[in-house]
Amino acid sequence: MKNKIMLIVAMFIQASFLHSEKIVMEGSNTMLPIAQRAAEVYMKKFPGKEVVVRGSGSGVGIAAIIDGNCDIANASRSVKQKELDLARKKGKELKANIIAMDGLVIIVHPSNKIENITKEQLQKIYTGKIKNWKELGGDDKKIVVISRESSSGTYEFFLEYVLDKKRVFPGAVMQSTTQGIVNMVAQTPAGIGYIGHGYISDKVKAIKYEGLEPTVENIINNKYKLARPLYMYTLTNASKEVLDFIEFVKSPEGQKLVEEAGYIPLKK
Amino acid sequence: MNNEKNKILKEKIIEKIIFIFSMFSIFSLFLIIMILFRESLPSIKEIGLIEMIKGREWYPTDLENPSFGFFPLIYSSIYITILSLIFSIPLGLSLAIYISEIASEKIKSILKIIVELISMIPSVVFGFVGVSILVPFIQKTFNLPLGYCVLTASIVLALMATPIIATLCEDFLRMVPLNLREASTALGANKYQTITKIILPAASSGLFTAMILGAGRIIGETMVVLMLSGGSAMIPENVFDPARPITSAIASEMGEAVKGSIHYSALFAMGMILFIISIATSIIAEFLSKRYSLKLGKGR
Repeated sequence: MKNKIMLIVAMFIQASFLHSEKIVMEGSNTMLPIAQRAAEVYMKKFPGKEVVVRGSGSGVGIAAIIDGNCDIANASRSVKQKELDLARKKGKELKANIIAMDGLVIIVHPSNKIENITKEQLQKIYTGKIKNWKELGGDDKKIVVISRESSSGTYEFFLEYVLDKKRVFPGAVMQSTTQGIVNMVAQTPAGIGYIGHGYISDKVKAIKYEGLEPTVENIINNKYKLARPLYMYTLTNASKEVLDFIEFVKSPEGQKLVEEAGYIPLKK
Repeated sequence: MNNEKNKILKEKIIEKIIFIFSMFSIFSLFLIIMILFRESLPSIKEIGLIEMIKGREWYPTDLENPSFGFFPLIYSSIYITILSLIFSIPLGLSLAIYISEIASEKIKSILKIIVELISMIPSVVFGFVGVSILVPFIQKTFNLPLGYCVLTASIVLALMATPIIATLCEDFLRMVPLNLREASTALGANKYQTITKIILPAASSGLFTAMILGAGRIIGETMVVLMLSGGSAMIPENVFDPARPITSAIASEMGEAVKGSIHYSALFAMGMILFIISIATSIIAEFLSKRYSLKLGKGR
């Protein structure tokens, strides 16, 4: 009897060790389409490997990799000095791997007549100074300003490059996922939001920013102002499994998946 | 003889095990209080609890100059709670009166099952139904730019709280002794008069208890407000404004807040305030229900 129990315990321990081979990815919600596709194809290609994907926000991912709760932190923004300091305090170093490019896209409801928006107009909308579409030549409708939660890398990118670090006014409606923004804008005739390139759909209308359409060409040629790199952060002493996976994403095969997910592959 | 001793020993052991289990829950409660207090200490030291409660701006992740004002969040929580009580108290109370005083045995048993079933629906399902049905409905009916608002969240919360309030009210109504009803009927009062003049006054503090417990349930609910209230950290001016109650702020920000930062600690402080509010409601409810039993001559 005792032996049997020991055997079972041993099996459990062994099973948990075997499981430690799996790669856990946490972080950017914008990058979820890439991460999921890459994980699926990777697991099919190399049976026995396991990749787990979560997308709760870039900030969450970086916090998780510092705490040792994940192997890869997806981030749609670069890591902050504060986070680097925290990692160093725990004796960890982060390595940035750029795996794709993205363009932040401004979206409105398909019924909205607005075609183009400038940085200044966006600033005024998100700080609550312009309150009606009328002021921008649209219909007489109160603007519903939709933003990502502050854990989002997309939010921080937007804050830095569009709002020049001015505060989003408190009346803005917060959504915790990019899909949430798309759904809400699709449901709200007077809504405006911002999303990653991979989430563009027929339900919403992507408008020009500073006169330029968020097309793949404009982003690759660095014309579109809101282009940004997407990162997969790893620890400098990451295991071979993790590095293999990053290599896979950067390989031509992985980059094809990036393109399929609606993002822009790295230049060769 | 020996057998008898064994039995006693066995009983003692079982008694001890149960005791340990009950201690465990008390111990975990203390642990929670301690953790809440310890984690919220840095923000209290840095900013001050009163300052945080009074502060009107919630910008925890501002790069240069973050501000940690709880006021809009606490205000939203209380606003939504009161509004949904306005919907759920009349519904719950009349349902309870109907079940306990008016309905026939058969209808009564069916209704009770339905009420219990409703209270078993997970809150995320309520939220889901709210998003897919109520949000567009409210948006169209009131011609609003956005259907996610205080009103939508309150209505769904009221639906969730109604069965709880109804069940509790019904329990308290049933505790009103039969002789009061018989005396009332004997004096020639009809059913309506008996209910309004005798039963409701006799059960009043019990009913109040039920409402307070309902309020405690509403203010602590997270999923529904997270999904339906819109999440703007503003002070809602009317029921059609979006809001961000305490629970949804904690739920949506806890994951990102860097451990050990002021933001992280401020979220714990918020949790502590919420905890104090719900403890206060339960203590008031407990106090009232004791008084209620005394009033009915059931004091021990």
